[in-house]
Amino acid sequence: MSAEVVVNVPVQARLLEKRRESPDTFTLTLESPPSISGGKFFFAPGQFNMLGVPGLGEVPISISGDPANPKKLVHTVRAVGNITEAITATHPGACLTVRGPFGAGWPVDQTRTGSKEIIVVAGGVGLPPLRPAIYHFLANPALYPVVTLLYGARNPLDLVFKRELEQWTKRSRMRVEITVDRAGSSGWLGRVGVVTNLIGQVKFNPDRVTALVCGPEIMLRYTLMELEKRGVGPANIYVSMERNMQCGTRFCGHCQWGPYFICKDGPVFRYDHIKDWFSLQEI
Amino acid sequence: MEALPLDEKINDLKVVLKVEDFQQLLDALIRRDYQVVGPTLKEGAVVYDSLTRVSQLPAGWTDEQQAGHYSLKKRSDQAYFGYGVGPQSWKKFLFPPRITLWKQKSPGEAPEPAELPQDAPRYAFLGVRACELKAITLQDQVFLTGPFIDPIYQARREKVFIVAVNCGQAGANCFCASVGSGPQVTQGYDLALTEVTAAPEAYFLVEVGSQAGQTLLNEVTHRPATGKEVAEARQVVERAASEMSKSLATADLKDFLYTNYENPYWAEVAGRCLACANCTLVCPTCFCTSPEDVSDLTGQVTEHRRRWDSCFSLDFSYLHGGSVRPSRQSRYRQWLTHKLGTWQDQFGEIGCVGCGRCITWCPVGIDLTTEIRALRQAAATLTAGTETNPKSDER
Repeated sequence: MSAEVVVNVPVQARLLEKRRESPDTFTLTLESPPSISGGKFFFAPGQFNMLGVPGLGEVPISISGDPANPKKLVHTVRAVGNITEAITATHPGACLTVRGPFGAGWPVDQTRTGSKEIIVVAGGVGLPPLRPAIYHFLANPALYPVVTLLYGARNPLDLVFKRELEQWTKRSRMRVEITVDRAGSSGWLGRVGVVTNLIGQVKFNPDRVTALVCGPEIMLRYTLMELEKRGVGPANIYVSMERNMQCGTRFCGHCQWGPYFICKDGPVFRYDHIKDWFSLQEI
Repeated sequence: MEALPLDEKINDLKVVLKVEDFQQLLDALIRRDYQVVGPTLKEGAVVYDSLTRVSQLPAGWTDEQQAGHYSLKKRSDQAYFGYGVGPQSWKKFLFPPRITLWKQKSPGEAPEPAELPQDAPRYAFLGVRACELKAITLQDQVFLTGPFIDPIYQARREKVFIVAVNCGQAGANCFCASVGSGPQVTQGYDLALTEVTAAPEAYFLVEVGSQAGQTLLNEVTHRPATGKEVAEARQVVERAASEMSKSLATADLKDFLYTNYENPYWAEVAGRCLACANCTLVCPTCFCTSPEDVSDLTGQVTEHRRRWDSCFSLDFSYLHGGSVRPSRQSRYRQWLTHKLGTWQDQFGEIGCVGCGRCITWCPVGIDLTTEIRALRQAAATLTAGTETNPKSDER
């Protein structure tokens, strides 16, 4: 990113399509607006936008679409507050505001030389920020011949991208393991238990694997523990962090986490860079 | 201010501006379309506000500051700049406390910037102290060094004309000398004044710091300074430096703070801290903000504003149903560790200029220089305890 981007004002983007993923989560496809620096919208997997509703405010939302298809700008939004509720209540044809893309993304161009395996661990709506990276891995089989996705949600209803998960399961070079914390009375016949349980059960070579992790912070903690237990080095683990974010441009100060601004230095960090901070509470 | 390289001659130029000709300086700035802002008395304090006459300056007044205390009192002379720094800093002009960033005239229309750079106010700051100049350069790093640049700050900063003033006395809460930001102004000004009151006739020794400063000075009656006058002016600043009683040892501060997140003394400070946010608002370098989105009654016209915010509020770190820093201890620790520690990783130096405002305006008089010493003491005691009591790990 250039050091010369003077920007404050969002652009409008028309909502083309809205798909319900779970009771409170929607995937919104926007017509791609110009990027923050004025040119064509281009994003790296793991980057986010500030999505806004005029008069209400903006929220940081990771881009969940395919980086190879920049004409459509896709976000998956869980309605948890007044702004995300207004965003997910927007009808196709209407406009949202977009500022972005911001932040450092997944290591899609820098996975370590010789790394032939990718393991993706996602919890709940932690999967959408990882999907652009998965698209990238699937589109580059020579570089990434083996991709494993471990995905967990609280219950079967909360699983997002269900149709796509089925498609991925059928692909020969992709292993997909899905689990839910509680099956309830849903008729779920799959695995039950937390996603971190799966890490000890799948086969991968810890010396050759690069791990990408996104989910609630408690799930991150246990995932990192399990990955390290399996012998994956912290330098080969990438993790997406979340903090309160109001501007995306490193000015508002809210997203500070130790010396880092999550919006600029993250949201994706290499685990060995942040390990010391990860162990501290209330920072 | 203009960032033109100065030739040696200008840099060395020292002239005398007589007190009776001081108004000419303001007049010259006003003629050049500057909005002059400088110190004036208001609500029992020296604050920064618009000025047109030197008679609006706090001549003959000074202040008395202690931890949690500020009051004005009369001086024995008529010095214009015979006070320490007040509750306000210049950040309120370059980085306004409340400002609209963009507007949308109707839901169908694209958002537009609320202010174009050419419409930003053109300020001349009169009376900027060395610590405050340093604070401006620290905010420059925040807003102008990327990856994104703040156009609000940039537009104001590029236009500003700075008349700095060397300090002739140190306030009781000043510690600029120990953090290397004062009391002598060394760079970043257009003109720098040293007010000499003790001589038979009071005068300003003026130093030129930019081409713009030189040009302006040409419109003001002045004469070359004598060696004696230069020496007198130097003594003024030396007196301020020698008066300074507070200090902050900064050498290992980052490493110390990074290894002291769990220092038990944080709880002690938190027991006194009210989390009122005064320190962050008076701090000339604190830069945190929160957005405010508003609409008119019809809901058609909307604005996105930003206002100063503080890491001392619970809402500041709100995430998924709760604050990331629920305890007051964690919020005080965040503020102090950011200011003195993590700021160094973010911007290359500490975020404190030693102005002492956070000490003066803390309602319970928390003094960060004392707290850092107490934290060090607590850490030392803890280490000593571990060494002498090897069984302490068995708990």
